[in-house]
Amino acid sequence: MKALGIDIGSRYIKGALVEKGKWLDFQRAETSFDPLEKCDQMLTEMPADRVMATGYGRHLLEVHADIKTITEIKAFAKGARAFFSNCHTILDIGGQDTKVIALNDQGNVWKFEMNDRCAAGTGKFLEIMATNLGYSLEEFGSRALTAHQEIQLSSMCTVFAESEVVSLTAKGVAREEIAMAIHRAIINRVASMAKRFLLQDEVVFAGGCAHNPCLKALLEQNLRRNIRVGSIPEMTGALGAALFAEEDGI
Amino acid sequence: MADYTEMWRNLGLNLENHAGLLAVLNEGYKNIYLSQKGRPRGMEYFDFVISEVHGLRIKEITEAKQAGRKVVGTFCVYVPEEIVLAADGVCIGLCAGAEVGSDEAEKFIPRNTCALIKAFMGFKLAGLCPYIELTDLIVGETTCDGKKKAYEIFQNITGKVYVMEIPNMKNDESKRLWHGEVVKFKETVEAITKKTITVENLKRGASLANGKRRALQRLSRLRAADPAPISGLDALLINQVSFYDDPVRFTQMTDKLCAELEERIKQGFGVASKGARRVLISGSPMAIPNWKLHSIIEGAGAVVVGEESCVGERNFRDLLDENFSTVDEGLGKMAERYLEIDCACFTPNDERLENIKSMTQKLHADGVIHYALQFCTPYMMEAYKVEKALGRIPFMRLETDYSMEDVGQLKTRVEAFLEMVK
Repeated sequence: MKALGIDIGSRYIKGALVEKGKWLDFQRAETSFDPLEKCDQMLTEMPADRVMATGYGRHLLEVHADIKTITEIKAFAKGARAFFSNCHTILDIGGQDTKVIALNDQGNVWKFEMNDRCAAGTGKFLEIMATNLGYSLEEFGSRALTAHQEIQLSSMCTVFAESEVVSLTAKGVAREEIAMAIHRAIINRVASMAKRFLLQDEVVFAGGCAHNPCLKALLEQNLRRNIRVGSIPEMTGALGAALFAEEDGI
Repeated sequence: MADYTEMWRNLGLNLENHAGLLAVLNEGYKNIYLSQKGRPRGMEYFDFVISEVHGLRIKEITEAKQAGRKVVGTFCVYVPEEIVLAADGVCIGLCAGAEVGSDEAEKFIPRNTCALIKAFMGFKLAGLCPYIELTDLIVGETTCDGKKKAYEIFQNITGKVYVMEIPNMKNDESKRLWHGEVVKFKETVEAITKKTITVENLKRGASLANGKRRALQRLSRLRAADPAPISGLDALLINQVSFYDDPVRFTQMTDKLCAELEERIKQGFGVASKGARRVLISGSPMAIPNWKLHSIIEGAGAVVVGEESCVGERNFRDLLDENFSTVDEGLGKMAERYLEIDCACFTPNDERLENIKSMTQKLHADGVIHYALQFCTPYMMEAYKVEKALGRIPFMRLETDYSMEDVGQLKTRVEAFLEMVK
């Protein structure tokens, strides 16, 4: 029996196909203006006996194709445990919300925090800033790591930070340094959310932003501990949903 | 609905804005309320009341005014309704539950003001609230800094604001202060209505207010049943309506509804299946038509079984002891009764923690969602103590306002919370 998990995020749709707890296939597509089309495509290309949807757009699929849903909080808990069996804390910088999830020993969600409604401290903020500085998202983190001097961004608000970046650029500050400051600003925000919990190992950085080496390095520095990143961190939610679909316990 | 345009024009409402408000309200009501399954028949009355919220009820109050009765508007469950009723006045909890007139309100008050304060300013400034226009007296109170300062501005705008001083502690000095405030309020109401408060009419006022409270207490007790005989949305609506409906009729109709719910409980009939997750909401008031959180929670398959809120338990938990033989004695008992209310503006406020725990137990709630309006500092702050006091009972805090922009995020939080509660 094959099970498919689809994680409809605000930026990307991720699909993960599993069988007997093992990973078979995965896909990723931009959410775009027609997420259902992308979902349908995944449903066709990765046929499964059971499907479970998660993520911001999960109810779309529930209405569209009567597919069961779980929240990304629960899906991340399951998915992160599949990567790291001793995971107790999950950090996720998503497209529009940033989450910290604490798990109990059994791997169930014990507590979670999410950012407020604004885009500060989210992946979207990072994306906007990368574009402003003329970086691709893929190179943004590694280029930031080459900064020599430390500068501070005074604002975390996307709108204000954007104008601050413009004025820093106008002052002739090297863009690597501005990039570093942006990364640091985001991590300060995520770390302060994480510090509301008693952090327990393993701490897993999940979601697409975990590919960014600068974010990971700064998190480790700020939280003073090792952070684990799986091989395909952006698939954490989709994998979790697929594993739940397989168990069909919900 | 009859055509009330003339009546609204005479009240000086902004007819265009007002038509827009009613259209949104009706649409929202249809989507949120009328789409619910298995509602008690007794809700038909409340559906009717809502459909006539700015119609028939306004007509009734206008007629009462023409007959010489005075209208007193309030914003807080600390204002002693008994006194208004004793003087044959009409007591109305004023509109403050929708995001309207924010632009107008922000000309007077800062952007970072709680949605409730912004709304009562907005309703008035945008010409949307017929109740405000009908009032002879608007009673404010010193519960939080935002309200306290907003009333000064509201007085400049309306010229009919009277402010009661609510102490911040519950020691002997505060009790004396509050008692004095109750006496002063009685004198103010007497002056406005040109009626003298006597033992007889004070007892009548007490009996009317207590009648309403008893009916609401009965409703609250019935919500302890599993399966829940009534949705949290419907129960919230009844609590909201209690602030502006005629008290005698309200009590009758609520009692009638409760009798129906008792029958449902006997038959094991509910609006959700037995074992559905049960949530207690605790925190800031939800003024009409703020149904946002309830609809999210119940939309996710759980049931709201109680509101530890001013629009809820704090409004009806305590009865006034009607056993008094002089006006002074009655006012004394009244001062005591009101000072029992566990508003977060008090320090310390440990009674509230006990009350939340006791409600959780009595209503068999599986978890508590702490609801604070954004910028409502007293409740936002108390959330910490509530969480500690609840120990192992699942708890989540939310901060939000009346806008719909965060509904997606709230849904995720609420659903994740319900997954945890299971």
